[in-house]
Amino acid sequence: MSTDTGSESPFASAGDVDRKHLIGRVFVGMCFLSTLVGIVALGLLLADVAYESWGWVTWEFLTYPPSRTIENYLPGGRGAGIFPALIGSILLIALTAIFTVFLGVGAAVYLEEYAPDSRFTSFIEANISNLAGVPSIVYGLLGLAIFVRAFQLGSSLIAGALTLTLLILPIVIVSAQESLRAVPDSQRRAAYGVGATQWEVIRDVVLPSAMPGIMTGTILALSRAIGETAPILMVGAATSMFTAPYSLTGPFSAMPMQIFDWARLPQDDFQHVAAAGIVVLLTVLLAMNAVAIYIRHRFETQL
Amino acid sequence: MSGADLTRGGSDINSRRNDAVRWVFFACAALSILTTFAIALVLIEGSIDFFGDVSIVEFFTTTEWSPIIQPRSYGILPLIWGTLIITVGSALVAIPVGTATAIYLSEYASSRVRSIVKPTLEILAGIPTIVYGFFALSFITPRLQGVFPQTGTFNAAAGAIVVGVMIIPMVSSLSEDAMSAVPDSLREAAYGLGATEYEVSTQVVVPASISGVLASYVLAISRAIGETMAVTLAAGMSPNITFNPLEPIQTMTAYMVQVGISDVSVGSIGYQSLFAVGMTLFVLTLSMNVFSMWVRSRYREEYQ
Repeated sequence: MSTDTGSESPFASAGDVDRKHLIGRVFVGMCFLSTLVGIVALGLLLADVAYESWGWVTWEFLTYPPSRTIENYLPGGRGAGIFPALIGSILLIALTAIFTVFLGVGAAVYLEEYAPDSRFTSFIEANISNLAGVPSIVYGLLGLAIFVRAFQLGSSLIAGALTLTLLILPIVIVSAQESLRAVPDSQRRAAYGVGATQWEVIRDVVLPSAMPGIMTGTILALSRAIGETAPILMVGAATSMFTAPYSLTGPFSAMPMQIFDWARLPQDDFQHVAAAGIVVLLTVLLAMNAVAIYIRHRFETQL
Repeated sequence: MSGADLTRGGSDINSRRNDAVRWVFFACAALSILTTFAIALVLIEGSIDFFGDVSIVEFFTTTEWSPIIQPRSYGILPLIWGTLIITVGSALVAIPVGTATAIYLSEYASSRVRSIVKPTLEILAGIPTIVYGFFALSFITPRLQGVFPQTGTFNAAAGAIVVGVMIIPMVSSLSEDAMSAVPDSLREAAYGLGATEYEVSTQVVVPASISGVLASYVLAISRAIGETMAVTLAAGMSPNITFNPLEPIQTMTAYMVQVGISDVSVGSIGYQSLFAVGMTLFVLTLSMNVFSMWVRSRYREEYQ
């Protein structure tokens, strides 16, 4: 210990002990206050959003397209809101979910059930964890160059969904791998014992057993994707759309883009509109998280 | 689906189907490698186009950045400077707060408190970054203006603070995992020598978990470098080399957003500059992530 008193007596004096206790208490106090910083910040953030949006989240806000005039958002106006972006976000996430489940579960099954213990396999795994650390805006550039330009999909819903899929795929793969690893080997052996092929074991034993975990991880990853702005912005999502997206290959907006657009407007009143948009976004996000937690609890007892 | 088929009649078909399925799954896993190559290829190709028109020396040494507005100039240093300010500022917020939080949760808090605080902090990490940008604009900047009236609507300080708050959970969560992994025998040995809780925390637990703690710092910093929407909204879009955190700046990511929302035509120098900036950003964050993995393995303490 560095707080060596240096005296010939091996025992600490009463003064030393008091001093140490004081240092200890100050230290705990500082650590405790630091812990509060994060919690207080979260509280302030939610309170700020709630305060700014108070009275602005109305039925009209949910069902009308956006408007450039603030009066339309107020009671008695012609009605204005987030509808096209809300539908855009829902379609975007639904499409992303379809792609992600197939590709993510497929990759996880390969890595956990089929892959040999080779250098190539560990290369794939290291590569996946590296991909998880790539900034989301870089995925946006990828989507722009590959899906929008090379595949000629244009700034469309499907290009946005494919970009988001690549973005969250690493998270989905890792969490699906964990769920697959949690399936006891005895179940696999029992199935092989009655003569099942490897594919049958995976299809009828491993996947059903791992499904709740896979679903939970996927929904949590999707709830991250629904808040992403930078990648779909690079792909060319519209900041404001006045009609809901009508086709997979047509233009689209999404809630974070719409919020970005409102928050940038110089008129102070639009702060309230942006806050109202955030409330809708956070509500959808919360609902997705709630579903994930429900699935986890619902199936936890069966394992 | 009936379970396992016990009659092994068409075993040939079965094994062929097995192989096919195996290849489908392999293709899914290989997609991740394809993604990496595609990212590299896209960035390199775009950058080659850009550096065909702009000298790489000018790019990395001059201090005026304006590729989409006349008079054009292509010195990326203001963007790197902006990114650096945000990164350093957010690290100043997140590293002390996050580390102290981790120590509190790992060494002092009861398991009940930990089970409430940890998920609460992780909510911070799940909030979309656009919401942080809004929070900076509508809450932090007005408070800063209350103290320093000369603060701009867009300023680096608000961006750094908000990114700092955003990455607290990365530091606290990963560091706490590392600290909790330190075996109790080490703590008990120190208590046996008469160490206080403070001494155990700072002189036993933190040094023993240093690889995990440092790795969490590097990861959090890498996240701050790549952060986009919060810094775009809070810190502005003015490429600017300034020491004053109350002035607006522009990060590399914010520049990419600026191009993304403007109608820059494909093939123009502005469009190509996206890829040059994206390349710089990618190389920076990739090397930090690799460094973080190296730190964790290099300084890993093995406990049985």
